[in-house]
Amino acid sequence: MTQEYQKYYVPEQSPWPIVGAVGMFLIAFGAGSFVKELSSGGGYGGYLLLAGMSVIIFMLVGWFNNVINESMSGLYSPQMDRSFRQGMSWFIFSEVMFFGAFFGALFYARMFSVPWLGGADNNVMTNAVLWPDFQAIWPLVKTPGGGETTAMGWQGLPLYNTLILLTSSVTIHFAHTGLEQNKRKQLIGFLGVTILLGCIFLFLQAEEYIHAYTEMDLRLDSGIYGNTFFLLTGFHGLHVTLGTLILFIVFLRVLKGHFQPDNHFAFQAASWYWHFVDVVWLCLFVFVYIF
Amino acid sequence: MYRTACILFAWGLGIGSASAKDLPLNMPRGVTDISEQVYDLHMTIFYICCIIGALVFGAMFAAMILHRKSRGHKPAQFHESTKVEIIWTTIPFLILIGMAIPATKTLIAMEDTTEADLTVQITGSQWKWHYKYFDYNLEYFSLLATPMSQINNRFKKEENYLLEVDRPLVIPTGKKVRFLITSDDVIHSWWVPEFAVKKDANPGFINEAWTKVNEPGIYRGQCAELCGKDHGFMPVVVIAKAPDEFDTWMAEQEAEQRQAKEKEKELLGMNMEMDELMTLGEKVYLARCAACHQPNGQGIPGVFPGLQGNHMVTQDQEAHIDVVINGVNGTAMQAFGKQIGLKEMAAVITYERNAWGNNTGDIVQPKEVYEVMQK
Amino acid sequence: MSKVIEQDHHEHHDHHHPSGGIKRWLYTTNHKDIGTLYLWFAFIMFLIGGCMALVIRAELFQPGLQIVDPDFFNQMTTVHGLIMVFGAVMPAFTGLANWMVPMMIGAPDMALPRMNNWSFWILPFAFFILLMSLFMEGGGPNFGWTFYAPLSTTYSNDSTALFVFSVHIMGMSSIMGAINVIVTIFNLRAPGMTLMKMPLFVWTWLITAFLLIAVMPVLAGAVTMVLTDKYFGTSFFNAAGGGDPVMFQHIFWFFGHPEVYIMILPAFGIVSTIVPTFSRKRLFGYSSMVYATASIALLSFVVWAHHMFTTGMPLFGELFFMYCTMLISVPTGVKVFNWVATMWRGAMTFEIPMMFSIAFIILFTIGGFSGLMLAITPADFQYHDTYFVVAHFHYVLVTGAIFSIIAAVYYWLPKWTGNMYDEGLAKLHFWCSLISVNVLFFPMHFVGLAGMPRRIPDYAIQFADFNALISVGAFAFGFSQLIFLYLLIKCIRENHQVPAKVWEGADGLEWEVPSPAPYHTFEKPPLIR
Ligand code: HEA
Ligand code: HEA
Ligand code: HEC
Ligand code: CUA
Ligand SMILES: [Cu+2]
Repeated sequence: MTQEYQKYYVPEQSPWPIVGAVGMFLIAFGAGSFVKELSSGGGYGGYLLLAGMSVIIFMLVGWFNNVINESMSGLYSPQMDRSFRQGMSWFIFSEVMFFGAFFGALFYARMFSVPWLGGADNNVMTNAVLWPDFQAIWPLVKTPGGGETTAMGWQGLPLYNTLILLTSSVTIHFAHTGLEQNKRKQLIGFLGVTILLGCIFLFLQAEEYIHAYTEMDLRLDSGIYGNTFFLLTGFHGLHVTLGTLILFIVFLRVLKGHFQPDNHFAFQAASWYWHFVDVVWLCLFVFVYIF
Repeated sequence: MYRTACILFAWGLGIGSASAKDLPLNMPRGVTDISEQVYDLHMTIFYICCIIGALVFGAMFAAMILHRKSRGHKPAQFHESTKVEIIWTTIPFLILIGMAIPATKTLIAMEDTTEADLTVQITGSQWKWHYKYFDYNLEYFSLLATPMSQINNRFKKEENYLLEVDRPLVIPTGKKVRFLITSDDVIHSWWVPEFAVKKDANPGFINEAWTKVNEPGIYRGQCAELCGKDHGFMPVVVIAKAPDEFDTWMAEQEAEQRQAKEKEKELLGMNMEMDELMTLGEKVYLARCAACHQPNGQGIPGVFPGLQGNHMVTQDQEAHIDVVINGVNGTAMQAFGKQIGLKEMAAVITYERNAWGNNTGDIVQPKEVYEVMQK
Repeated sequence: MSKVIEQDHHEHHDHHHPSGGIKRWLYTTNHKDIGTLYLWFAFIMFLIGGCMALVIRAELFQPGLQIVDPDFFNQMTTVHGLIMVFGAVMPAFTGLANWMVPMMIGAPDMALPRMNNWSFWILPFAFFILLMSLFMEGGGPNFGWTFYAPLSTTYSNDSTALFVFSVHIMGMSSIMGAINVIVTIFNLRAPGMTLMKMPLFVWTWLITAFLLIAVMPVLAGAVTMVLTDKYFGTSFFNAAGGGDPVMFQHIFWFFGHPEVYIMILPAFGIVSTIVPTFSRKRLFGYSSMVYATASIALLSFVVWAHHMFTTGMPLFGELFFMYCTMLISVPTGVKVFNWVATMWRGAMTFEIPMMFSIAFIILFTIGGFSGLMLAITPADFQYHDTYFVVAHFHYVLVTGAIFSIIAAVYYWLPKWTGNMYDEGLAKLHFWCSLISVNVLFFPMHFVGLAGMPRRIPDYAIQFADFNALISVGAFAFGFSQLIFLYLLIKCIRENHQVPAKVWEGADGLEWEVPSPAPYHTFEKPPLIR
């Protein structure tokens, strides 16, 4: 049992977290004021929000610079690498639960609230007395309150987007094997393609939104169907944006030659994140678009 | 036994002053079969918990007294026993099953709202209840009747302080009464402890509950879900009457409601005096509007707009009438058109336009209110 | 059971000494510093939240409206609940985890030290925002800590957006803190420290951290939906658009119920550490304790709707949630029985940490019993939203979570400061707290059963006597905590050197490093036999 055990690197004091905390404060306070001022007008919330985001970006650059330098100067141990990996996995798990809340809302609306408003289960009187004209169908194109909208089909843009994201998951996998086998060309090529696919996805999604708003009368406030549609696809889109950005940074680092076949946590994390975003989309495609 | 124990406890804490009989100590037994079942269930679980507690704490205190170091006790070495663990997993489990059976029975009975003799729709809104009898031509609002002077400690609080309303719900005894409970704004909860009925009033949905009261009487409860500022001032009062008395009462009420409707029509031709409108208006304002816009008309900044010097109230009369009749959708400002008669409406609007230094001199007549209502 | 094979503190002292002054605290990556920050922050929040409770109790001292208006009263209730839950209990446990988990498993620090700093420092900002919103025009959040829609959406005041974002930040802080704890435990244990050799405090925190990561994002989702419902026209919680106000409650309580176990599992860990120490006997049924904790955590995901029995769920749902909730008593009972069995035939002494732990066991069990009563659906129709519920959760939270935290502080304070606390003051603190807390919360059972609803600023006159008594208890309990504050400061400043192993019967790695624990411990891992 006298196995020798690596010394663990404990980083020195760092100013970045407190900078980040100030940034978060500005973001939260700014966003809080900004949202309020959307309806009441005036105010400085938007500026605070922007300031906060700049501080956070500044913090991220500084923080990651530190981390990268440490990593490059060989201060890290396999154990540390494990810590990062586990940390990333748990972070992704928390993201899964975040999406879970919205999928939960979707399923609740489909399985309970909408049927109940239509008189199902113990809610016969709900329909008879309060919403006599309402019929429960999903997608909910006519709300109990009388709002009307159109449902988004799964063919066309959503289908293309599905294919694009699926492909991008494959390409990032190839990029990863390229990295592991030290094939730089394969790595750079496939990573580039992945980023490109991410961008195309975002572009098509923007198209889809414009289409929904201008031609289909499907808006964020179009009842529970529009709500779940836009919040789920919207948060997903946000994650794709973030994922693409991360991949882009990783791409730059690849060009600089930062990663080794046996030491590339950042790359690994980015690719996990990308796969996660991809899986979320599959669920979306199935439950929001198809069924 | 429970009472004695509790009273002893209360005395121990030094509340001997209040006559112990009146101390609020336990759940009421209630006046329905269901409420009695619930009470029995409550007492059963309570006693079971007491017994388990006595055993567990007893063992613990025994250990604390006997096995202390100061008495020279040497620690034993045992620290595991699968057998014991299994025993004290199984026994509580069996006890729980014993509790679950009667609980399930009672619950199933409580949720069976079929075959009711009478149906009443109960609608909560900030901060009053509205009762509507199905199969009869009767509906009305029920508001807190305790005067502000008692709440503000200017007058002595009376016996039913905060538990009294202007128009209680009246139901017949011995009949199964079904309640359809819903809300116009936020979530409220309609609760009468003596019936063991507590059901949330969810806006946009109807919850069902029922009761069958055995004894005539007046039963009091309160709103039981935080519903904003005056959540504490939203009592429920139910009068249970023998069926024949209920029928006479109902006939009277229906007749009254019909007459009131006819009177409304007469009002249209009437011209009322400023003084009359102002006195009536103040009364209505204090009863219906002051909860939000405050007795001094200054509202609560950021929550309820002030009406003193308010642009709409001092200038645009038609918009003013319209707001009070139709409310503002999606805000706490309700559509009072359904709640207040023409005369009162005219009065309260006149009052707002002339009170607190608003002094517009405008007189609003019932007819004008009626005209806006028709639009 | 364990022993530090090699412990050399002078080997590399040169790198990263803390810089002095405020910078030490702002920039720190040291788990002990961060633990200290968390603990002080929690204590300050406890005092602030307690002052709000005192406002509530002062208003409720007599029937009638005297001190505050109803809207402000609701703000006090809401912010009291939020601050105590997210600002006092949770950070206090995180602080204890920061201090103790690395020391207990023989790790040099937390796994992600910089993130550790970040997850602390965003907290004060979050609460600053929340507290500031109280001074806005229209006031702060007034919809209860449970912020049920549509009271928190359509009918709330303008501070709601700030409330939403401050909750987001609290959530991020908890998630990061939890990730740190989990990764530390999985990855930084000293060689030989297998999972089933870990101290129970570490085990309970491992499971707590899992709960946190699983449910805090759901809370974030809930507040996000509140935000969009209020400001962006969505209708998640509005029937006119096909949503349902009750859906909010499902989402909230899916977070909320595991949340209450987040606030009690580490407490179980603390008591399981202290009771064996002062019984001088190994914890009875270590592995069953671990399994019981895990079962409580798993069950906690399927009982949430017991907070919603009166919302009109279908019968099937009510039955399901009733049965599952009742089941939780079984593993919790196992814990209580194991503690008693640990004391049984031990050689007990009654130092202050032990006193608080014993009080915990009794009073938490009382709170658990009332919880079980609440779980019985037909009876809950009577109890729901009355002071009976308030009594229940203060028994499990104040005499449960808070008492365990106090016990933990007394237990490890000598290790942290190197000084023994003033025993006499501590005794005074204990007895004052114990008596006043029962005067404070026990009569709440009575008024609740007799029908006093919660969250009301004024009540019917038959409740007057008990409420006056309760308020007296509240002030007494509050001022008892000032003794604690004084004692802490005294202990930090005065010098009553203690040995490395402060308590005779204590067991664990933290007692093998000197007192006060040096800035860096276990830079070389100890070897566990
Ligand atoms: C630390 C926090 C904590 C803990 C540990 C618990 C523990 C439990 N709680 Fe509690 N609860 C809260 C915090 C907590 N609760 C809060 C904050 C609220 C209110 C939220 C709000 O609305 O604002 C609440 C509300 C609440 C309700 C909703 C009441 C209502 O609003 O109508 C219910 C209903 O079932 C409930 C049940 C339980 C149960 C069954 C347990 C069980 O875990 C208890 C198990 C323990 C025991 C039973 C004792 C020990 C066991 C034995 C000695 C074994 C033998 C015993 C038997 C077989 C009986 N709780
Ligand atoms: C861990 C959580 C926790 C803790 C510790 C407490 C502690 C206390 N709680 Fe709280 N409480 C909740 C969690 C908690 N509570 C929750 C979740 C709710 C529900 C909220 C809701 O309905 O939405 C609630 C609701 C609640 C109510 C019901 C309000 C209502 O329904 O309207 C009441 C009423 O008595 C109350 C009282 C108290 C009291 C007297 C204490 C005491 O123990 C407090 C003791 C501490 C002090 C009094 C501080 C001491 C400090 C000083 C004396 C001065 C210090 C000086 C300076 C700082 C300058 N609480
Ligand atoms: C439950 C709270 C509540 C009650 C009771 C209430 N109001 Fe209001 N009232 C409001 C709110 C909130 C608004 C602001 C609506 C908005 O946002 O436009 C308002 C707006 C108004 C306005 C328009 C003011 C403006 O500047 O737009 C008038 C006039 C008014 N109320 C009159 C009354 C009268 C008359 C009564 C009683 C018969 C009454 N209110 C009762 C909450 C209430
Ligand atoms: Cu209505 Cu509370
Ligand atoms: Cu719960």
